Amino acid sequence: MYTFSSRLKTFAFILMVLGALGVGYSFFTAPSTVEEAEAIVAAQHHGGHGEAAHHEAAAEGHEHSTEEAHAHAEPATDSVVVEHTESEVAHTAPDSVSPVAIEEHQDTIAVTAEAEHDKASPTGDAAEAGHEGHEAHSEVAAAHEGHDAHADHDAHKEHAEHVFHQLQNKPWAAVYVAALFFMLISLGALAFYGIQNAAQAGWSPVLFRVMEGITSYLIPGCIIVFILLVAGVLHFHHLFIWLDPAVVAEDHLIQGKSGYLNGPFFLIRAAIFMAGWIFYRQYSRKNSLLQDEATDNSYYKKNFKAAAAFLVFFIVTESIMSWDWIMSVDPHWYSTLFGWYVFASFFVSGITTIALITLYLKSRGYLEYVNTSHIHDLAKFMFGISVFWTYLWFSQFMLMWYADIPEEVVYFKMRIENYNLPFFGMVVMNFVLPILILINTDFKRLSWIVVLAGTIILCGHYVDFYNMIMPATVGDQWFIGAGEIGAVLFFLGLFILVVFTTLTKQPLLAKRNPLIEESKHFQY
Amino acid sequence: MSSHYEAPIRKPLIIGDKNYHDVTVDVARPVEGRANKQWWIAFAIALAAFLWGVACVAYTVGTGIGTWGSNKTVGWAWDITNFVWWVGIGHAGTLISAVLLLFRQKWRMAINRSAEAMTIFSVIQAAMFPVFHMGRPWLAYWVMPIPNQFGSLWVNFNSPLLWDVFAISTYLSVSLVFWWTGLLPDFAMLRDRAITPFTKQVYGILSFGWSGRAKDWQRFEEVSLVLAGLATPLVLSVHTIVSFDFATSVIPGWHTTILPPYFVAGAIFSGFAMVNTLLIIMRKLSNLEAYITVQHIELMNIVIMITGSIVGVAYITELFIAWYSGVEYEQYAFINRATGPYWWSYWLMMTCNVISPQVMWFKKIRTSIMVSFIISIVVNIGMWFERFVIIVTSLHRDYLPSSWTMFQPTFVDAGFYIGTIGFFFVLFLLYSRSFPVIAQAEVKSIMKTSSEKYKKLHEAHDNHSHSEHNHH
Repeated sequence: MYTFSSRLKTFAFILMVLGALGVGYSFFTAPSTVEEAEAIVAAQHHGGHGEAAHHEAAAEGHEHSTEEAHAHAEPATDSVVVEHTESEVAHTAPDSVSPVAIEEHQDTIAVTAEAEHDKASPTGDAAEAGHEGHEAHSEVAAAHEGHDAHADHDAHKEHAEHVFHQLQNKPWAAVYVAALFFMLISLGALAFYGIQNAAQAGWSPVLFRVMEGITSYLIPGCIIVFILLVAGVLHFHHLFIWLDPAVVAEDHLIQGKSGYLNGPFFLIRAAIFMAGWIFYRQYSRKNSLLQDEATDNSYYKKNFKAAAAFLVFFIVTESIMSWDWIMSVDPHWYSTLFGWYVFASFFVSGITTIALITLYLKSRGYLEYVNTSHIHDLAKFMFGISVFWTYLWFSQFMLMWYADIPEEVVYFKMRIENYNLPFFGMVVMNFVLPILILINTDFKRLSWIVVLAGTIILCGHYVDFYNMIMPATVGDQWFIGAGEIGAVLFFLGLFILVVFTTLTKQPLLAKRNPLIEESKHFQY
Repeated sequence: MSSHYEAPIRKPLIIGDKNYHDVTVDVARPVEGRANKQWWIAFAIALAAFLWGVACVAYTVGTGIGTWGSNKTVGWAWDITNFVWWVGIGHAGTLISAVLLLFRQKWRMAINRSAEAMTIFSVIQAAMFPVFHMGRPWLAYWVMPIPNQFGSLWVNFNSPLLWDVFAISTYLSVSLVFWWTGLLPDFAMLRDRAITPFTKQVYGILSFGWSGRAKDWQRFEEVSLVLAGLATPLVLSVHTIVSFDFATSVIPGWHTTILPPYFVAGAIFSGFAMVNTLLIIMRKLSNLEAYITVQHIELMNIVIMITGSIVGVAYITELFIAWYSGVEYEQYAFINRATGPYWWSYWLMMTCNVISPQVMWFKKIRTSIMVSFIISIVVNIGMWFERFVIIVTSLHRDYLPSSWTMFQPTFVDAGFYIGTIGFFFVLFLLYSRSFPVIAQAEVKSIMKTSSEKYKKLHEAHDNHSHSEHNHH
């Protein structure tokens, strides 16, 4: 039996407290009024921060106008169809004053309108947008001539409001990314567990109790994510702009999707998915324990069938989950590959977590039958699925980059322009480094190498989720600060607490699994 | 490589009271014996189909590509459909020999040789379409980046069609090397058993002087693992690149990011179906039922079921995202597939690919050889229609209604396709009479863990002392 070391427990509590403080601080410092937001942005400028891409532009001298252009270009970048932006521009353009800003507007309009024409505009909505674009164009031109100093103030105010919303989203988004990431790690481990059961793997049964420990986080993890989704539906935060009736009212594209993207249906789906995953986890854990005391293999067979059924449920719900909880933060953007891409990301994180916790328990002398061959196999999966993730990442990115269709390419344009380092940095962390570190057979058997690679992979996939959520919610106001780090620490602490508590509940070796002997003697 | 202990719940992979010598004799028998009448009939039919294909290709090249049914709107139809279909079929071979090797699936050993042969023969068929669908196939060498006298005129590396050239040629070469390496010990076995000087000479050359020393075996295994490690990303990338031919375009119905993994899943799906078709016949005709057992067929059916489900999820994803995108053209592309003039091909594809593999959930069905055989053919029909639907229905109606048209194949389209099927079977029939169709060296390596005979011995032994295994 495993005993939860008091030091690890204390460590987990410290992480949670520190994390909670960080999260609390970020909520406390988030602006509650537009004026405060303005002050924050102003402080960033005078402080000479260069972290976000647009600040560099500011240094060119027309600080104000660039900012402004950004603010308006922003929704266009986030969202796919220009229509939304266009109308915004149409409203604000006549008032706006700065010549540079107007030029910027014109560029945007010209480009988008042109794009619409080239593509012969795919939707009726977009066609409208094209026309609006033209109107806006002439209006802008008119405004160019007849500007007055008063209008400057209005445009500025609009921009400030936009930044205000982004800054308000920031602490929520930080919590959401971390909560989702840790819950999905647990789900990734559950998928791996299901696959091992269904495939009748002979090497892994000695790790089943570790996997079951990790998947125990699924219950609290799902509850927290569900609460965050409910908070969104109740308008406590604005991570999902399609939940905002004011946004939907003037957005034809979102209106078209509201049969799917609406609060109640969104929550019902989430509840069904989570219930299904948790049910499988609880059921298979129960059978796995009963098999220890059984006289035949009936519980093993039940688990085999349950694993097959779960995997079918999983492949469907996982895809939909990724559209709902992640893709819909950019409600104008879509990609058919997205679900499988998200899967690869958390699947590799789940396997990595299994490897790290196995190594920890082994180092404390708990896993008698786990040898370097088991670690080698886990490391091979970390390696292989990292490559698989990269394959999907590249496929999605390259196809959109290549075809360069404005509706979808804005997703990557936004990320490359404003999230350059995280966007390409994650490819280094999730692909280049793991492939270089883990290609060597001997290295895959060394604990410290696997821990090193595992840490890089987990950090890399956190950044992956960060890149998926942040651009749409906080835009160029991103920063990895107290809120983001705090949220990760908090959930890490909670994860450790839940997982290691579960590990203490039962012996760490599944006794009567029919494949356990194979697993105990596994040598590669 | 792996431990010698095997759990009692695992079923034997070699049936009957076979020893090492029996394996040798069983594998060598079809090669050492003479072809029977049935073989000659089958060969004659395949050869006739092949020659008819040659005639159709000659007619196409001599007269022009206009002899085909393609038109100004539908520039790609049967040619690329067949190309993708054949490449897809080829993928199962590499899957079986490489991916199943990486996953230490012992059951692959009885089927990998034939699956690899199938890969090579079907990639050869596939490779003919990119050449002969060209308007000027005699200038095909221009796709190679060769220094030349046109002031060094180069190819544009941005085209997926050029990537295809590299993908297919690399794939064929690596598969060939992988296959041949595995054949060395088996050719050596045939060499050592040869009675006539001629066969001794032939298999002596083919086996490259393999003598089976410990060092050779050690390197042999290492090379197999490295090649399997390389072939796995290769097999994924080849069909991915084939899918890029469509996915990089801006055509509604083609431009979709799921295409790379979905094409790969479809390739495994159709490839395994083809392996099943061929092996069900081969095990019977070559008396190899002891090695290619019902369990092998069942496991292949399970792979077909899994990949069929993945393909099904991809279909549904495409449908959903087409609606979700709000793009009228994308939505119409799918409405057109389901209700347009080619509705029958879409529903045929859906029935064959999504519904038919789902019957494999029933153990009775997936262990029935007859049903497996039928489903395996149904799947390949479905997968042909999948490619046809993707290619033709996306092209014949897209952005400009004034360009909408239909596609009607000619006898030359069909003749070329029939010719490749004939050529494939010519090669496969010749292979089955001259190559060891089961990797006997590999099968022998699992004899003591996974054959029925030794399993019984283990069982009897285990009743006496269980502790023995714990000290391996």
